[in-house]
Amino acid sequence: MIEEVEHPKDMYLRSDRFPHIWCPGCGLGIVLKSYVDAISKLDIPLDSHVLVSGIGCTARLPGYANVDSYHTTHGRAIPFATGLKIVNPDLQVTVISGDGDLFNIGGNHIIHATRRNMDLLVICVNNFNYGMTGGQHGATTPEGARTSTTPYGNIEHSFNLPHVMSSLGASYVARWTSLHVRQLTRSIMKAMKTRGFSFIEVISPCPPNFGKYNRFPDGLSEMQFFYDHSVLDNNADLSEAYIDFSGKRPLIVGEFVQKTRPSYLDLEKELIKKAMEEP
Amino acid sequence: MNKKLIKPGNYFMNGNFACAEGALIAGLNFYAGYPITPSSEIMERLSYRLPQVGGHFIEMEDEIGSMAAIVGASNAGAKAMTATSGPGFSLMQENIGLAIITETPVVVVDEMRGGPSTGLPTRVGQGDIMQAMWGTHGDHETIAYAPSSVQEMFDLTIKAFNTAERFRQPVIVLTDQVLGHMSERLVVKDYSDYEIVERELREFPDPIGHVHDFSKDFVPMVIAGKGFHYNIDSLTHDEMGYPSNDPEVEERMVKHLVEKIRNNAEKIVEFKEYFVDDAEILIIAYGITARSSIQAIKVLREKGIKVGMLRPIALWPVPRKKIIELSEKVRAIYVPEINFGQYSHAIMEFSKIPVKEIHFPPGSVPDPKIMIKKIEVDAS
Repeated sequence: MIEEVEHPKDMYLRSDRFPHIWCPGCGLGIVLKSYVDAISKLDIPLDSHVLVSGIGCTARLPGYANVDSYHTTHGRAIPFATGLKIVNPDLQVTVISGDGDLFNIGGNHIIHATRRNMDLLVICVNNFNYGMTGGQHGATTPEGARTSTTPYGNIEHSFNLPHVMSSLGASYVARWTSLHVRQLTRSIMKAMKTRGFSFIEVISPCPPNFGKYNRFPDGLSEMQFFYDHSVLDNNADLSEAYIDFSGKRPLIVGEFVQKTRPSYLDLEKELIKKAMEEP
Repeated sequence: MNKKLIKPGNYFMNGNFACAEGALIAGLNFYAGYPITPSSEIMERLSYRLPQVGGHFIEMEDEIGSMAAIVGASNAGAKAMTATSGPGFSLMQENIGLAIITETPVVVVDEMRGGPSTGLPTRVGQGDIMQAMWGTHGDHETIAYAPSSVQEMFDLTIKAFNTAERFRQPVIVLTDQVLGHMSERLVVKDYSDYEIVERELREFPDPIGHVHDFSKDFVPMVIAGKGFHYNIDSLTHDEMGYPSNDPEVEERMVKHLVEKIRNNAEKIVEFKEYFVDDAEILIIAYGITARSSIQAIKVLREKGIKVGMLRPIALWPVPRKKIIELSEKVRAIYVPEINFGQYSHAIMEFSKIPVKEIHFPPGSVPDPKIMIKKIEVDAS
């Protein structure tokens, strides 16, 4: 006789939707777990949490969490989240989306939300390709990599996300891999308490697409790479933090930027107050 | 009512400002936009006025972000609007679809200018009529109002908000550069004379139990932060809000979105008739073209030609019953537009008699003399 017992994190999950759609070896299950752990440990009411995503495998994550969730259009999670947050600053708005959604089609929006120091947390799961649609290359695909649209090897340079986000002025910038579960959870908790724009890059395997064509046939082999090559360096020179799967360079992880400057909402509040006082 | 709203009285105001002030009367409290000629003054006015009434204003990095932001804002409970013109309207199409599939009330002002492409930024056009209906992909219905005066820039913006709130639908105010920039008399009534509609909100705990109900046209809206923990999706979804590939779910969802408007089209349809009682020839015109048409009718009537006009106030949904009725009475229908034939096709769909287009190229207010000449020639 099998007894049904409630999982302690059931209240944070839409368990009626499991099994999820993600592949064996994908890091997204870990990211979901970290998010759930983080919100379960914080004192922020569950009703305040909102997840917003664009389109892609990562963007399916909000659908599995038991919070107000918005699965919006490709690349547009950030401006959508901006609208939500400005109208109701009490909402704890987190954008979770993929590298292509946030930095290719969504590139313009993340640039400006960061510039404005909009009160948002953006978690970018970087698997170096467009996984959902079959593994096309994107802005973070490393040079030389093989993808469904770079059959001769990628000739484009790729983004070094911590460097990009730091130079745009984000208030919090961190990078972890799907191996760094506890650090990721702590980062999410810290970022949620940071005023202004926070960014966390999470590097994840994508076994059937990027992994298969770039010598990581399963999740474990890519995670082995993370284990062998990741180096924690919070004070790293971010221009050196680009990803290189040849193994010749370290995979730098850590919390790189933590700074305080007035957030968009701080400044908007003052503006409205002044405007309303004028006769 | 907030004392910072425009006070009841008579004003001499330009159309763009009238649109902005009307939106504030309707309860606008979130504007996200991008500059574009000829609608920029709406945004500029609201950048000044919204903070005064405690509302939120943000100039976004592009029109796509603006449209996404207003859909997000409305989902947090705000009455949200943006204003643009042709090129920006093209960019907004995908997220208009997002507003439709998530059943989010928003108002989008498209102040038409010469097109296609960058076109004639500073000159009038009416080339976005079909785009307003079909610009966003997939099955949907559209609600669009066409002001024809500064007064209507004010009144129809209020109406657009009310309709959006009622139907949980993006509503388009399809105006043009001339209306936006011209100044005319504007009468602002006592606030109590304005009907202001608020969306019906879902109560917690939720009697429905899940986010959508496709069996009813009107379902109270769920907004963020109230404890519902629902999923709202741009993918085709079931009543739980979960994405689905099931053809039966597809049918239920899409049918609901389309029938929501179709079943209630008669409540949205709005038009005005001018001299139709004894009319033998009918002009069907909207926007600034309707103003030129009035002048043409005056002159033609003096010449003994019995012309009347039907002016649709809601362009979409089409006033089909009225078109059928009038087309059975008159012997000729003329549709002047500042384009090479767009709304004429919607009229042809219902008219019992052939429809004659009068094309005015983008760039100028239609000259009544051209309409008079065309109609005179045929009438003789």
